[in-house]
Amino acid sequence: MEHLTFDYPARRVVAARSHVGVVGSGDLEVLLAPNDAMQARVVVNTSVDGYGHIWKSVLDRFFTRYDGAASIEINDFGATPGVVALRLAEAAEEAEGMQGARA
Amino acid sequence: MNLASTMAAPHFAATDSFIELAARERARRLLDADTFRELLGPFDRITSPWLPLQGIVCQADDGAIVARGTIDGMPAVVAAIESAFQGGSIGEVSGSKIAAALELALRDCERGKIVRPVIVFETGGVRLQEANLGLAVIAEIQAAIVALRRYVPVVGVIAGMVGCFGGMSLAAALCTRLIMTRQGRLGMNGPEVIEQEAGIEELDASDRRRIWQLIGGEQRVATGLADTLVDDDAQVIGAAVRAAFAAGVPDVHRSEAVERYLSLLSGVTPETVTPEAMRALFGGASSNRDERRLDR
Repeated sequence: MEHLTFDYPARRVVAARSHVGVVGSGDLEVLLAPNDAMQARVVVNTSVDGYGHIWKSVLDRFFTRYDGAASIEINDFGATPGVVALRLAEAAEEAEGMQGARA
Repeated sequence: MNLASTMAAPHFAATDSFIELAARERARRLLDADTFRELLGPFDRITSPWLPLQGIVCQADDGAIVARGTIDGMPAVVAAIESAFQGGSIGEVSGSKIAAALELALRDCERGKIVRPVIVFETGGVRLQEANLGLAVIAEIQAAIVALRRYVPVVGVIAGMVGCFGGMSLAAALCTRLIMTRQGRLGMNGPEVIEQEAGIEELDASDRRRIWQLIGGEQRVATGLADTLVDDDAQVIGAAVRAAFAAGVPDVHRSEAVERYLSLLSGVTPETVTPEAMRALFGGASSNRDERRLDR
């Protein structure tokens, strides 16, 4: 098991929290909550060691579009980068209350 | 859903699958609309202290969802087990959440405020990484079910696809009424365990047809060891849960009918027994029982 932490700049406050996914085979759980500081912090707990660079790539890409000051916890059970990206988008969308999500 | 879409879609596409729902959504669907209120949810982060010591990632709710709400307007509590996390296994925390939910309902019932308890079983039984702590809390769940069912029916749902095994199969057997789908399975030891311990001559764990003939929902209802066979449909299962509460507390719970089951078992020849023979011998046990129900 590996624990990774990533910080990203943020430009707006996050109002609501959201929870998506399960810690099941090939899946992950995302807990997204407002962060006290005006920055985003992601903590990854993963069952698969040695993929820190892949996590950084997936999160770098997510944060090119996401600018909320969120505290994000990820509990991962071997999800592929595609599944991680989808779950992150789902968590962000749920926290935004689906506004404009399907536009 | 309008009539046109029902007619156009094949049956399997028109149903509203319960099996495909995660545990939290299952609990939400069993409660009256918009009454779901989760207790000790994922943001409370009450996780297993034992899994990280063994290099296993925790889930923030430890795989047990406890929710209060109403069922047919009556206060209710649903405990739903998430099968995708560690096979729905019962650890110290997930099991304690379920036991505490039932014990709180019991305290309310003792004060004259009836709370309707539902358990959505989807579990391989005890979480082996937590060993005796899991077993101990399964005993607490069982004790709570027995205490609670004097006041209000305790309703169990086994939808699948994991099924219900191990110590939790005993907890299920203590419920007032059990609702199962054809996909659901109920047994003490799972097929893989039986094959491993007794040999492939005893049971071939890859023989799915055989396994469902022995422990599948259809067989369990036909032999009276479960009560209601339902299609995998959230609305149908919700209606079955409501009907199970409406039927009230029976005079005699299945697990109290010791003489009846000892006498039935004495008619079983283990060497030659078949699923059909079990139906002929055990069938109707459940319907007899329901005629003696009490309406409260």
